[in-house]
Amino acid sequence: MKIAITSTGNSPDAILDSRFGRCSYFVVFDTESRSTEFIPNPNIDAVEGAGPASVQLVASRGVKKVVSGEFGAKVKSLFDSLQIQLVILNDPEKKISEIIELLNHKN
Amino acid sequence: MPRPKRIRRMTNPPHFKGFRPIGLMEKNQPIVINYEEYEAIRLSDFELYGQVEAAQVMSVSRPTYARIYESARRKVAQAFVQGKPIVFEGGKVYFDSEWYSCNTCGCWFNHIEKDKEATYCALCGSTQIEHYSENSTANAIDDICICPKCGFEKEHQPGFPCNQEICPTCKCRMVRKGMPHHNRMRNKNCQKI
Repeated sequence: MKIAITSTGNSPDAILDSRFGRCSYFVVFDTESRSTEFIPNPNIDAVEGAGPASVQLVASRGVKKVVSGEFGAKVKSLFDSLQIQLVILNDPEKKISEIIELLNHKN
Repeated sequence: MPRPKRIRRMTNPPHFKGFRPIGLMEKNQPIVINYEEYEAIRLSDFELYGQVEAAQVMSVSRPTYARIYESARRKVAQAFVQGKPIVFEGGKVYFDSEWYSCNTCGCWFNHIEKDKEATYCALCGSTQIEHYSENSTANAIDDICICPKCGFEKEHQPGFPCNQEICPTCKCRMVRKGMPHHNRMRNKNCQKI
């Protein structure tokens, strides 16, 4: 399963970005191959519609779960209709590597 | 012009497209059942909710719910009697899901397989999870636009986004008071325009 995490930088030591639509990078983590991919977000400076555009980007990668600090109202309903699970993590100091560690549970 | 329809909330879209009658040679035009009508039949006849309860679940008024349910039953009856196929399509709905919070890692997550209960946390896999109710945060949001820099407050005008309001003293964009966005902006510089 692929999981997207919003990140402030393009290394595993970067911390979680608390926004979804205008985060700096998306980290796509594959639980089977345990590979990570950093995708720069093209919608950082968008005036409007950054959320839906980012949803499209994430969904086109075949992601099934998204971890971020917060999701907007438009984004939530879009993800719901795309059957993608949302995880809100209210910890601004969490590093990407720590989140990936958490995701490696047996369930 | 009539008043626009309120968008109906639904949690469970059907996981198949419809029904076909058995043993009919000629092809009939299918009956289209909207998602909202499907949801009404599911709530009333499968979950056995009362109309008041079901209307709250779909976030419409009780009379509106009754109309949706009535129309759904008539369509089903028509399909049964005339041997027409049924397809589930369209309808003014949005999909919503149940939210949970995890006591181990402190995250919130929603659950995609809506007919089943979530049993473990989506992030850390812990089983220490509980249902999250929105009521506690929903009450904190007032209809007030606030300047994130100087704290100038103004009554929110419906249909006019807060970020298009300009603070008269700092000349920056305002935000909705009490929203998470506002809490985050509180200690940062505002967006100058």
